[in-house]
Amino acid sequence: MQSSNLGSESLWKKLFGEPIRAFGIVSALLLVLLAIAPAKNYFSEWRHYQNGYLRLIRTRGDAITLQRHFQPGIQQIWNPELGVTDRCMSCHVGLKEASLTDVSQQPYRKHPVIPHATDQFGCVMCHRGQGAATTIEEAHSSTRAWEQPILPARYTESGCGQCHRAELESTPQLNQGRALLARYGCVQCHTIKLSDGGVMQAAQDAPSLSHIADKTTREWIFAWLKDPQSYAVSAAMPNFKLKDEDIRDISAFLIANSSPIPGDTLPAFNQKATPDPTAGASLYGESFCASCHAVQNAAGNLVGGNVGPELTRIGSKAKPEWLRAWVRNPRIYDAKTEMPHYRFTDQQVATMEGFLLAKSDSDFLANVHLEPATPEQVTHGKSLVMEYGCASCHEMAGIKKPENFAPELTRVGSKSVSQLIFLPGIPHRMPDYIASKIRQPRAFASGLKMPQYTFTTSQIDALTTALLAQNDRAQTVPPSLTVPAPPRSHYRPAGKAGQIMSDLACFSCHSINGRGGDMAPDLTWEGSSVQRKWLDEFFRNPGTLRPALIRRMPKFNLSNEDIATLSDYIMTVYQNPDIDRDSMPESGYSPTLVEQGKQLFYSKYACQSCHIVNVKADKGYVGPTLTSIGSRLTGAWIYHWLKNPQALRPGTVEPNRNLSDDEARQLTAFLMMQKGTIKKEAGKQ
Amino acid sequence: MTGQRLLFDCLLLALPAWALMAGTGCSRKSVAAAAPAPAYGSAIVESSGGTQIGAAGSALGQPVVVQVNDDQNNAVTGAAVSFKGPGGVVFDPPNGITDSSGQFSTVVTLGGMAGRYEIVATTITKAQKPVAVKIEEIALDYQRRLGQILDDKYCSRCHNPESTPERVSNYDNLEVKPHPFTEGETLNKLSDADLTGIISHGGPALNKSPLMPPYGYTLSRTEIQALIAYIRMVSDPPYQAPGMVYAQK
Repeated sequence: MQSSNLGSESLWKKLFGEPIRAFGIVSALLLVLLAIAPAKNYFSEWRHYQNGYLRLIRTRGDAITLQRHFQPGIQQIWNPELGVTDRCMSCHVGLKEASLTDVSQQPYRKHPVIPHATDQFGCVMCHRGQGAATTIEEAHSSTRAWEQPILPARYTESGCGQCHRAELESTPQLNQGRALLARYGCVQCHTIKLSDGGVMQAAQDAPSLSHIADKTTREWIFAWLKDPQSYAVSAAMPNFKLKDEDIRDISAFLIANSSPIPGDTLPAFNQKATPDPTAGASLYGESFCASCHAVQNAAGNLVGGNVGPELTRIGSKAKPEWLRAWVRNPRIYDAKTEMPHYRFTDQQVATMEGFLLAKSDSDFLANVHLEPATPEQVTHGKSLVMEYGCASCHEMAGIKKPENFAPELTRVGSKSVSQLIFLPGIPHRMPDYIASKIRQPRAFASGLKMPQYTFTTSQIDALTTALLAQNDRAQTVPPSLTVPAPPRSHYRPAGKAGQIMSDLACFSCHSINGRGGDMAPDLTWEGSSVQRKWLDEFFRNPGTLRPALIRRMPKFNLSNEDIATLSDYIMTVYQNPDIDRDSMPESGYSPTLVEQGKQLFYSKYACQSCHIVNVKADKGYVGPTLTSIGSRLTGAWIYHWLKNPQALRPGTVEPNRNLSDDEARQLTAFLMMQKGTIKKEAGKQ
Repeated sequence: MTGQRLLFDCLLLALPAWALMAGTGCSRKSVAAAAPAPAYGSAIVESSGGTQIGAAGSALGQPVVVQVNDDQNNAVTGAAVSFKGPGGVVFDPPNGITDSSGQFSTVVTLGGMAGRYEIVATTITKAQKPVAVKIEEIALDYQRRLGQILDDKYCSRCHNPESTPERVSNYDNLEVKPHPFTEGETLNKLSDADLTGIISHGGPALNKSPLMPPYGYTLSRTEIQALIAYIRMVSDPPYQAPGMVYAQK
C-alpha cells in the first residue's frame, strides 16, 4: 500500500515536478480535450454517409448537377407550426434528386413521388422517428427518451389521416380502417374524438333487442352468442367468449326483457307459407334481395351484398310469424330499418316466407337444450348484460347506453409505450401493440371484456393504420392544414313523397343531397335529368340500363297514386339550377344536325367503344346502353352532361371531351333521336 | 488402428455437441431430429400467388402457393419447402412441409420500397440438391398505387381482357384491341411523352384508334403521371428508363 503510494507520488513528481513540463503536459491534455469535439464531428455517421454519397454520384452522368445540389453539413427542415425539426436529409442526401430512380441503396434512395413537398411537412409527420437526431440509432429506433421509432411502411397511410379527415382516393388502407371502426361498432364502446370537435360515428346501430322474443327463440340467441360466425360467417357481432351458464342467463334475460310490438296494424293474412323453391328463388332474384343480403353457396363463398344481414341460415333464426310480418312491412318491427317495404302481394309473401324458412341448418340448434329460465338466471343475465356493455351497440328496454364504457382512443397512436403491457414475443412498438390487441384482445389479462373479432391480416393492418392516425399531432395540427370530412348530411325529403321514400328506403341505395348509399345512381339532379313519362314507367317496371350489372332496382308494386306523388316530387324538387329543361327540345331536330351528331358519335369521338346505340353494330358496354336515351333523358341534361360530365356527377368515369357548343348540340340531337321502344326494353329484361 | 481412430473421431464430435446441449440446457433439439423421415420431390412449381401487385410494405392479398412434384409429376406430401426473398420481405411462415396435396402456402409481406421482388421457394431432392422456383411480386409506392386505383376506375374495363361476373371486360367488344398494361413489348417502346399524349388527347394523338378517348380534361397532370408510373411498373418485360441523353460533340 505504501509502496504504491510512493510510486504514484513519484509519477506525479515526474510529470508535474517541474513547472515547464507541467505546463507542457497540461497543454497537451487540453489540446486532446479540445480535439474531441471536432473529432466527434469528423467521424460522425452523417459525414460518413455524405462522403459515401459523393463517391456514389461521382461516376454518374449527371455528377455535376448532383454535386451542385449537394450541400455538406447537417441539413434541417424546420416547421415550427407543425413542431417539425427534421435532420433526416443529413444522411438521406438524395431524397429530392429525381435522377436517382435507379439507386436502391439506402440512405441514398430518392423519395417516391407523393403529393406533398418534403420541405413543407418534413419526414416525421408520416414516418415518425426522432427527426432532430443525427445518428441512425437515435433517429430510427426507440430510446428511453423517444418512444416513437420509425413506422413500418405498411402503416404509412396513418400519416395522411392526421390531417385528412375527408376520404382520400389514394389512401385505400386508411379508408378501409376507418370504415371498419365504424362498421364493427368499435366506436360504440371506445370514444374517438376528432380534432374538429366531432366524434367518430358508427356506421349503423346494431339491431334493437327490446322486442327480440317476437323475432327469434332463446335457443337461437344461445347458439348465436356462443359463436356468431357459426350462424353467419359475415356477422359483424364479435365473439364474447362467454361461458355456457352465462349465455344461458343472458338469453333468459333477453327473452324476459322483451315486449311484443304494440299495435299490430297489418291486415289479417290467410295464406300459408308455400315451400316452392323455384318460385321462391325467382321471387328472391326478381326482388334483387341479393343486392343487400348475402347467402353462402355450396362452395362456401358468400354471394350478395352486405347492407343487410346474411341469410344463409335465416330459417333457423326467424320465427315464421315474425318473418311473414317483416316481409310484409319491415317498418312495423323496426321503423329505422334500411330494408324497403316491398308491397308484396299475399301470394308473394307466402312464397318468400316459405323460401326463406327453408334456408335453415338443422345442425345449428341441434345441441342447444335449455331448461325454462329461473328468476335468478334472469337477474344474473341482466348483470352480465350490464357488465359486457351490450347496450353500447344494441338498444334494450330498461338499460341505458353506457358512457365511456371502454378506454378512449382519441390519442391512442401516441400513447406512451412504457405504460402498456405487451404479449410475449411482440416487439415493444405502438403498431405492434395495437395489432396484437385487435388480434387477441383477451390474451392480455384475465377478465377482460373486449370481444374476439375475426379480422384478416389486411383488415388488422387497416384498423391499426386508422388508429395510429389518432394521435397527439392529429389533435394539434393547425386547423388551416386539416382537411375536414364533409359534414354528415341529414337531408330528408318532405311531405307525402318523403314518407314514401323512407318507406321504400331509397337512401339505402341512392344518394340525394349528400345522404345515402352508393349502390345506385345519385338522384340529386334526377328531375333535370329524366323525362316524366320515362320515370313513371320506370317505377312501374324498373329495367336496367346496364345489362352487365348484377344489382338492379327492385320492383316495389307501387300504386299509381304513389308513383304520381314520387314523380311529381322528383321532377319539381331534384332540379339542377344550371339546367333549363326547356332549353333543348325532346324532338324535332333537323336531319343535318342529327347526321352531324352521328358522325361525331361514330367517327370523331368513337362513343361506340363504351356505349350501344345500334344493338346490331355496337358492342361497347362500359357505359349505359343508349338505344332509347331519347325517351329517357332530357335534351338539356344530355347537352350539359356532354359538356362536362364531372360537373353533374363528380367522379363519373365518362371522360370530359371538351366539346364545343356546336358539337355538343349535334351529339345531343343525334342522341335525342334514339327513342327506342319502351316495350322492347321491358321485354328484354 | 482404424477402429481407434474412429472412436477418437466420435469422441471429438460428441464432446462439443454434449457441451452445447448442456450449455443451452435444451433437449428439444434432439427430439426434433426424431421427426418422421421427410419426403423428397424432384421439382418445385408455383401453384398460385405469383405476379401479385400490392402496396409496398404490406401483405399481399393472396398467399403464395408452391407445389413439390416427384419425377412422375405427382404431388409429394411432406417435402420441406423454404422461402427466401430480398431484404424487407417477410414470409409467414418462412418454411414448412407440403400438405396432403403437395402444396405449401405462405403469406408474403413485401418490403417498404416499391419495385419488383423476386422471391425463391426451395426444396431439397433426395440427392440433397436444392431445387428452386423463382416467383416475382410487385410492390407499389404511393404514386403507383394511385395509378393502380385510376387504372381500375378508368382503364381496366377496356385494357384488361380478363372478365369476371362482377366486372365484365369490354376488351372483346372493341374492333381495335387495346394493349393490356402488362404488354411491355409494345408499351416500353412508347416514351413517357407519347403515353401522356395518348392519355391526354386520345388515340388519334399518335395516329391510333379514336376508340381510345382523351382524358386530358378529366384527369389531372399528377394523375396522368401516376398512371404512367403504374403502367411502367407492371409492364412485362420490365421497363427500362432511358439513360441520360447528351448532346453530341
